[in-house]
Amino acid sequence: MTVETQVDEAAAAKRKEQRESVVIRFAGDSGDGMQLTGMQFTTESALAGNDIGTLPDFPAEIRAPAGTLAGVSGFQLNFSSLDIYTPGDNPDVLVVMNPAALKVNIGDLKAGGLLLADRDGFDEANLKKAGYQGNPLENGSLAKCQIVTVDMTGMTLRTLEDLKLSNKVATRCKNFFALGLCSWLYSRPIEPTIKWIQDKFRKTPELVEANTRVLKAGYHYGETTEMFAVQYEVRPARIPPGTYRNITGNSAVALGLVAAAKKAGLPLFLGSYPITPASDILHELSYYKQFGVLTFQAEDEIAGVCSALGASFGGVIGVTTSSGPGIALKQEAINLAVMVELPLVICNVQRGGPSTGLPTKTEQADLLQAIFGRNSDSPLPVIAAATPADCFAAAYEATRIAVKYMTPVILLTDGYLANGSEPWNLPRFEDLAPIPVEFRTDPNGFFPYLRDPKTLARPWVRPGTPGLEHRIGGIEKADGTGNISYDPANHERMTHARARKVEAVQQDIPPTVVRGEPTGDLLVVGWGSTFGSIAAAVEQLREQGTRVSQVHLRHLNPLPPDLGAVLKGFKKILVPEMNMGQLRMILRATYLVDAVGLNKIQGQPFKVSEIADGIRRALEG
Amino acid sequence: MSDAATATATPKLTRKDFISDQDVRWCPGCGDYSILAQVQRVMPELGVPRERFVFVSGIGCSSRFPYYMNTYGFHSIHGRAPAIASGLKIARPDLSVWVVTGDGDGLSIGGNHLIHALRRNVGLKILLFNNRIYGLTKGQYSPTSEIGKVTKSTPFGSVDYPFNPIAVAMGVDASFVARTIDVEAKSLQDILRRAYEHPGGAFIEILQNCNIFNDGAWERLTDKATKADTVLLLEHGKPLIFGKNRDKGLRLGAGGSLDVVTLGNGISESDLLVHDERNRPLAYMLAHLENPTPIGVFHAMARPAYEDAMARQVDAARQKQGDGDINALFKRGETWVVE
Repeated sequence: MTVETQVDEAAAAKRKEQRESVVIRFAGDSGDGMQLTGMQFTTESALAGNDIGTLPDFPAEIRAPAGTLAGVSGFQLNFSSLDIYTPGDNPDVLVVMNPAALKVNIGDLKAGGLLLADRDGFDEANLKKAGYQGNPLENGSLAKCQIVTVDMTGMTLRTLEDLKLSNKVATRCKNFFALGLCSWLYSRPIEPTIKWIQDKFRKTPELVEANTRVLKAGYHYGETTEMFAVQYEVRPARIPPGTYRNITGNSAVALGLVAAAKKAGLPLFLGSYPITPASDILHELSYYKQFGVLTFQAEDEIAGVCSALGASFGGVIGVTTSSGPGIALKQEAINLAVMVELPLVICNVQRGGPSTGLPTKTEQADLLQAIFGRNSDSPLPVIAAATPADCFAAAYEATRIAVKYMTPVILLTDGYLANGSEPWNLPRFEDLAPIPVEFRTDPNGFFPYLRDPKTLARPWVRPGTPGLEHRIGGIEKADGTGNISYDPANHERMTHARARKVEAVQQDIPPTVVRGEPTGDLLVVGWGSTFGSIAAAVEQLREQGTRVSQVHLRHLNPLPPDLGAVLKGFKKILVPEMNMGQLRMILRATYLVDAVGLNKIQGQPFKVSEIADGIRRALEG
Repeated sequence: MSDAATATATPKLTRKDFISDQDVRWCPGCGDYSILAQVQRVMPELGVPRERFVFVSGIGCSSRFPYYMNTYGFHSIHGRAPAIASGLKIARPDLSVWVVTGDGDGLSIGGNHLIHALRRNVGLKILLFNNRIYGLTKGQYSPTSEIGKVTKSTPFGSVDYPFNPIAVAMGVDASFVARTIDVEAKSLQDILRRAYEHPGGAFIEILQNCNIFNDGAWERLTDKATKADTVLLLEHGKPLIFGKNRDKGLRLGAGGSLDVVTLGNGISESDLLVHDERNRPLAYMLAHLENPTPIGVFHAMARPAYEDAMARQVDAARQKQGDGDINALFKRGETWVVE
């Protein structure tokens, strides 16, 4: 089979229609390569200049039995010529490789949406595994959508006939057929994927050949077949100038930490224990040895944080990464960091809980754990990231605050941010905020708990500095000298000192940004990964004349000094959260305002429509 | 980089330089006093500037130790000292990092960290004070207490089978394993020196007397009248001989057993086992010997220290790729420009 890359005349005659935004979801068995297909389609779309948002959704089991509902893996992508905030609510296009994928996802497809199915995946055995009686592609049960069935597996095998690959290996290439076909349908360039295939499979040239052929076969199938009368085009979005790359939240956290340590001029030490969905941060940082990054896969969560704290004591940037269950184990050591007042960054990539909960699903229910989840009065700064790319800035800020105020800082992201991706406008290292570090070396007048008058931070001393030998520990300190003290008045004084130091972080919080008018009928206050859905919903309603604005909090503890005043400018306050109302509780307690919750606890991010409906209801109520 | 290699010329230090300004608050008569004194005697002899020493501890009576050493110190949380010290040593291989722990801190709540620090061979010198009791919490049985031990929490006697600390350390292939006794000043000093000189991690069990809650736990081994017959001093390259009259020793039995024999009646010194610190199987057997109880270095065989291996990876990456270019790192993968 010869493969031409040029568009032939018949194809060129096809109609091209413009679309502002398209939401596409690829779904198949977890062994079908849907994550890879989605990520490549994302890269193609980013290079086409679209704004993008992605949401992978995969099962907790590495390989659930093939063809079953439990084994369905999906990847959703929103690509647009407009500025977008989310991976989209309901897909316009659903690509399914088997009946289980259809069953799990069909309910989300927009009415009138396009269903693209691999006909070969719908054999009797697979239909039975998914619990279908009869073939839904053929029995008229899916009347609400346009069904296009394509013999993807069969055509993949025929494309590869002469390559002498085993049937199993050849069949596994079928995701590239789907990718090629969708690339044609939405006028995506396939060259980046060909380049990627060449790089990824460079050690097995026969797979480079096979996957490239199948990708092109899928592309040409769209071009030549009569099945598709229309090709769509999504023009480049108007996004701020700059150099961009697509980035996931976990990757952005890793880079933010490396950048901050480099800015501080110190090595970075990561003590971590593998846990979903945080492990990718450990994986990525373990590659960056040339940046002086030390990664230590500890024996458990506790050792992860303890080793990081030990490293901080040694004068490097100590970091630990985990998810909620791991954070629960780390809290005693985090409290030690509060007491000994050393910089430490604790990143919690939140997931559904309690307990093991929903390891691969997202939630933001660890806010109270972060702020209050340790014994006694134990204040520390808490910072949250709002979007995948924002994880870079949030991780950088967490490190900067930790060093400046000599305190552990908890950075909250979540599974949605961690695995989701968006274009990242690359910063220049030179433009990042300075992170000055001054180790104390002067023995004159030195005491380990004498505080800086502005930040209330105690001095950071590297062991090995002559004349500054001192002991720190978890027992209460005498104010100033740091010696053990059981004096009642001293304990109260030190408790206040620790609290005041964390409050002092307010000096570093910029004025609160209100998206929309500074006063109005309703203010939506959010934090973390709900940013995109809230922003899109608020914009939508404002266009319709609703007097609604948005505040999205980066700093959860301490809260911004001007937040109370901002809240006063609105008649109603709505707090959407993927939990039972944790920020709402804090806002009510702190500002005595009648904040109302909009809560979703399904392991899935808010849809824009859910927030918009919530705002409407709150305004009516 | 071993600790010895990093030592630099330094003004002559004395024991006094290592005594902090804090009042020592252990109970009068506690075995910890002797251990503290021997550590303070040995430290100045090691040729290491005082500021390079760090003592890290967990929770328990023994863990108050860092407050009394005029060095850098970190009194941390229960059981976690080996983990904290691991991070410190990996980040700062130039420091001489010592961990002070006890049988409860190190073998119960912190057992996991202890074994992993030892198997990784992080260059920590770990002193485990074993008094077979919880002292700070006022007298519950510990993971080294003998079966049947009557304590506050075991009024009918403990049914827990105890840990053998030396066997635990041998079981995780610790590269230096030794035992000594709080009141045996010379043995204690010798072993502290040996631990310091050993490149990589070191584990020292120090049999220590809690005169309040478990007085006399090791009396059998410290009583001048009997100790010659109950203690076997391990000396590398020398036959395993003990007894008041130096007439008892260890011989390898036909079935591979470790037999205690009396010299004479056809058994001569040349029939006895010769101690070899590099002979791991021998150390395993000695670890399980209770009568006599071996004191000294069971096993010492250098293998790469964890922090050195890690530093080599960083150096190799820097040599190959140069000092990381952060802007280039940002640009990794597919990028595109929006004008």
